[in-house]
Amino acid sequence: MALSETRIDQIGVQERVARLQSRSIKNDSKIEALTLALSMIDLTTLEGSDSPNKVRQLCYKATHLHENFPGLPHVAAICVYAPMIGTAKKALQGSEVKVAAVATAFPSGMTSLKTKLDEVKIAVQDGADEIDMVISRGRFLSGDYDYVAEEINKVKEACGSAHLKVILETGELVTLDNVRAASEIAMTAGADFIKTSTGKIQPAATPEVTLVMMQAIRDFYLKHGKQVGLKPAGGISKSKQAIQYLVMLRETLGQDWLKPDLFRFGASSLANDILMQIVKQNTGIYQSTAYFSID
Amino acid sequence: MNDRMDVRKTHKMFINGKFARSESDRTYNWTTPDNKDSINICHASRKDFRDSVSAAKNALSGWSARTAYNRAQIIYRCAEILEGRSAQFIEELRAQGLNTEDATEEVRQTIDLLVYYAGWADKYGQLFSSVNPVAAPYFNFTVLEATGVVAIIAPQESGLLGIIAAIAPTLVGGNTCVALISQDHPLCASSLSETLHTSDVPAGVVNLLTGFRSELIEPFSTHMEVNALLYFGENNDEITQIETNAAENVKRVSICTNQDWEDKSSLSPYAILRTQESKTTWHPIGF
Repeated sequence: MALSETRIDQIGVQERVARLQSRSIKNDSKIEALTLALSMIDLTTLEGSDSPNKVRQLCYKATHLHENFPGLPHVAAICVYAPMIGTAKKALQGSEVKVAAVATAFPSGMTSLKTKLDEVKIAVQDGADEIDMVISRGRFLSGDYDYVAEEINKVKEACGSAHLKVILETGELVTLDNVRAASEIAMTAGADFIKTSTGKIQPAATPEVTLVMMQAIRDFYLKHGKQVGLKPAGGISKSKQAIQYLVMLRETLGQDWLKPDLFRFGASSLANDILMQIVKQNTGIYQSTAYFSID
Repeated sequence: MNDRMDVRKTHKMFINGKFARSESDRTYNWTTPDNKDSINICHASRKDFRDSVSAAKNALSGWSARTAYNRAQIIYRCAEILEGRSAQFIEELRAQGLNTEDATEEVRQTIDLLVYYAGWADKYGQLFSSVNPVAAPYFNFTVLEATGVVAIIAPQESGLLGIIAAIAPTLVGGNTCVALISQDHPLCASSLSETLHTSDVPAGVVNLLTGFRSELIEPFSTHMEVNALLYFGENNDEITQIETNAAENVKRVSICTNQDWEDKSSLSPYAILRTQESKTTWHPIGF
């Protein structure tokens, strides 16, 4: 496999992002965007210190976003490390919230293919609805694209019916050309979703890389007719940012992608900020984090 | 040199350690009492207030964790800088209608007030903390802590002393604040911001807004992130509005009058107590 034919104009991307970010979304449209964003969140906890109780608390939050505001959607999924899948599944029983698990030696991806495949199979057996894998960035950067493609392909097989999200870790890919190429490789190899980052590396999701990935998804769809989803993750903690991402999504991929099946936010504190904004829009009173759950 | 161009000052607000215009781009036109000059003053919006509150919130942990000694140094430094720039402040007060004598007196009084409260920074704790007698095997003591983010509606009648009289005791106690400067006397706000800026007051600890009281009193009193509100004035409708709104998150409200700042007799460590919370600890003692 060769690098993408498409070259990215970095300045062009920056200018396009700047123009899209200047949109002003107010009042009813704002409430609608915020509610939509809420339903697209993968509520995430990926810490070495995670405990079953922390995961249970997160699951409770996923299904009870704000008791005083009935009619709010639930988040799309919760995203945890593999050992927490059982706990999460049990806590989310009866709800429509999906369980996503990170696998393939997250976040570095530095282990053998066999170990990765075993990890994915066990995660799927444990009940994960979605698998978030990382690509081998070292191999990618040294030009071994075939290896990267084959690895994704094998992991996709191992996933069975579980959805596969492929994390490009754009913070380590250096250039936007690489982001474009990695997106194409991942989609061709069978990814259901492509995801910007692990959240462990800075910079995580930026509007620029997200736009490049959206364009890659659009071109892939026009060529092959398959709708691939997108998940920017890491560093999106404010409602305003979330709305800007939705504007970009609408303008690049159109109305079809404006649903949790095809777009997700990987975030932990975004949900609270959106809730604060929704309460603010309803009451007219600026809110404080002191009155929302700590997560 | 007669053909030299006028270098006129751009009057800005002070938000998060930066000199900012209103995000709304609004200004209001303020005319000197002698009608000889008119100046554009920033007309703050509720979003300017919101930004100031988040700046004050971010600055709170750092400022309240500083040693009392260090807070005293910084507030004393404000006095030093004000002293060095007193001519400019006298000029600005004169432009706002005071005669030279009164203007000089107000600047002096402001500087003295800063020195006075700077001195209290590491002393008010001794005065207001206590060891409490209890009939059980506990060592029971009460200490003071900063209330948090304080919204201040500064006196309408004063362009300098009133503002500092509201801010200084608040800062001494480890709080951060957002103050709305008098709509009729807004001229010192910028110079005062410059003074604070060069006195090592960390960004966000003091935020100064200029604008209309009638418009901003609602967000000042409703914002859930604000922990206390100091109101200077005697308008009963405004006081009712503030107290009703403040109940939403049980803000500590202090209603202050001109007697609380106008002359030297108003100087008191009790002014610091307006924005302090007392914390009582029950510490078990063995036999």
